[in-house]
Amino acid sequence: MTDIPLRTPLRPLGRILSARAKGEDTNRIERENINKRQEGEIEQTRVRAQGRLLVLGVVFICLYFAIALRVALLSASEPTEPRSQQAGASIVAQRADIVDRRGRILATNMDTHSLYVETTHLVDPKGTAQALSKVFLDLDAKRLYSAFTGKRKFLWIKRKMSPEQMQAAHDIGDPGLRFGPREMRLYPNGRLAAHVLGGASFGREGVHAAEVVGVAGIEKTFDKRLRDPGQSGQPLELSLDLSVQAAIEQVLYGGMKLLNAKGAAAVLMEVHTGELVSLVSLPDFDPNNRPNLPTKGQAADSPLFNRAVQGVYELGSTFKIFAVAQAMELGLVAPETVVDIRGPIRWGKYRISDFHNYGKELSVEDIIIKSSNIGTARIATMIGAERQENFLGSLGFLEPIYLEMVEASGAKPLVPRHWSELSTMTISYGHGLSATPLHLATGYATIANGGIKVMPTLLHKGDPKEANRVLSENVAAASLNMLRRVVTEGTASMGEVNGYGVAGKTGTADKPGPEGNYEKEKVIATFASIFPAYDPKYVLVVSFDEAEDRTGSEPRRTAGWTAVPVTAEIISRIAPLLGLAPQIEKPFRNDITQASNN
Amino acid sequence: MRSFLYIIMFNAVMGLAYWAYQENVHTQRELANVQDLHESIGKARNRLAILRAEWAYQNRPRRLQDLADLNYENLQLLPLRADHFGRVDEVGFPPDSFPVFDLGGLEVIEVAQRGGIDD
Repeated sequence: MTDIPLRTPLRPLGRILSARAKGEDTNRIERENINKRQEGEIEQTRVRAQGRLLVLGVVFICLYFAIALRVALLSASEPTEPRSQQAGASIVAQRADIVDRRGRILATNMDTHSLYVETTHLVDPKGTAQALSKVFLDLDAKRLYSAFTGKRKFLWIKRKMSPEQMQAAHDIGDPGLRFGPREMRLYPNGRLAAHVLGGASFGREGVHAAEVVGVAGIEKTFDKRLRDPGQSGQPLELSLDLSVQAAIEQVLYGGMKLLNAKGAAAVLMEVHTGELVSLVSLPDFDPNNRPNLPTKGQAADSPLFNRAVQGVYELGSTFKIFAVAQAMELGLVAPETVVDIRGPIRWGKYRISDFHNYGKELSVEDIIIKSSNIGTARIATMIGAERQENFLGSLGFLEPIYLEMVEASGAKPLVPRHWSELSTMTISYGHGLSATPLHLATGYATIANGGIKVMPTLLHKGDPKEANRVLSENVAAASLNMLRRVVTEGTASMGEVNGYGVAGKTGTADKPGPEGNYEKEKVIATFASIFPAYDPKYVLVVSFDEAEDRTGSEPRRTAGWTAVPVTAEIISRIAPLLGLAPQIEKPFRNDITQASNN
Repeated sequence: MRSFLYIIMFNAVMGLAYWAYQENVHTQRELANVQDLHESIGKARNRLAILRAEWAYQNRPRRLQDLADLNYENLQLLPLRADHFGRVDEVGFPPDSFPVFDLGGLEVIEVAQRGGIDD
């Protein structure tokens, strides 16, 4: 209360009076006092600003010290993971499973261990080497010993091993033997669908973990999707059906052995969605122990080669239906139109002839049923080269087929460089253009589903892709009717399966030899079938490489004797598995009694 | 008066400090518990994956086929064929009403109403 300084008045009475008495200017005193007062204010402000700067400086110094302290603490303390985070999902950081369309496992993971050696920690190199060679029979004790005593400090012994082997290695008890956790890809069904799944191996490897990388097939195509931690909980669902695949593999393998074939392939496709229910190529391999790529010989002879997707073959008479369907689509012929089949047709040094002599003329329908090359060639000349090329292109026969397998993109069909009239004729009955069995199945699916192009796929999506009409419904139905009659009265009579109305077309193509000419004794026998014909649901293409039926007096190589009976057996096995009940006009039981009475 | 206020404040501070300490201990315990649970979930998932793999391995078609062949005499299992399909009218459904039996004075005990295990 007492500290408040007395404010100096601007015009102090004493000084003013004395100044007046002296006759001086009183205003000068006032200005002097104003100046004094202002100086005092300036001084006050300066002191306040200094104080503020001091406080700010102290605060900054404190902050710097706090940060420095924190940094020092962080660098000095042991790192720990934050414990309060939600870490529920992060535990399943595994490669996603692959399952079939009913959720049965085709590929999964298993935890195992790898074995490595740190030679500096080895106590007894010699004894350890000997003991290891007893646990792992493929290892040699001498080579191990020289490796242990060599310059290297670190050695991989086994990439993966079984728990028993791990225990045995652990029991050796040498501190130099170390184990690293490994995640291993496991295909519990062994050879089943080996070509589709492909296989996996280790990518970048460390002591504590290793990447699992897909090397072929679905595993490679969907490598990114399978490794994505966000989707590792959801398995990749394929369109394959495990039991159907197993049944086809079994029957096809039996057929291949009976017919002394070099290889076989089968493709089973849903006609409306293009989903592949089964994709088989024999011989096959075990993806758990994928063989190495062949270093010599032909790639096509390796079990790794997928005949159904990679094998580009001339598919023979199975192509005839496309020429006939196109001619009907263009309105050039009707099923009853009669075509001159007198032959052979000569074209330069080439001649086109039939397997048998079928007389002078046949209706278009009979050309398919009896499989006349001359008749089909005549129809093809009506169509012309350009239109044929466009049509086969629209069915997808000129480009590699898109499938979710890395192998598919490499299988480009072989087409003539110059599409001459001769090519038009030969291609109409399946020579001069090579495609894969998968191409053929896709083409037949178009006929079976009423003329709509489908894209083959290995994923189970449930909804068909965009529809692209290639054939009119009437033409597709007429073609299907012809294919049905091929089985009931034509070249594929052994293909009939009671109750399932099989329709299809055989094809036997001579294999091109190493010099480009055709080999007479070696054929590719193919049967492309559609079932059930009354309501087409599936296309099945079965193809044998160098099959021959030796039960008769002379070997029979035509598809009617090789691929067709095997197809019939396959259909009778898989149709019930696919949930198709047989359909016959009469009640089924009565039919059985009649048959047994006869 | 003032010293009384100081005592109350001091006790309040001590009480709050004790409470904060307790909370911290509880939180740490719960965190450790959660970590244990995560670990056991991880282990359970791992075990589940192995069991699934084993189930798939035991059920691989080739093995089932071999088992069916081995035990053909006892089981007579065959691949599903077209003639195994039946019609609905071939299924023996139970009759609409059960025949009434005269139990002749026997005491009827309602078994179905009671569960097998007392709970």
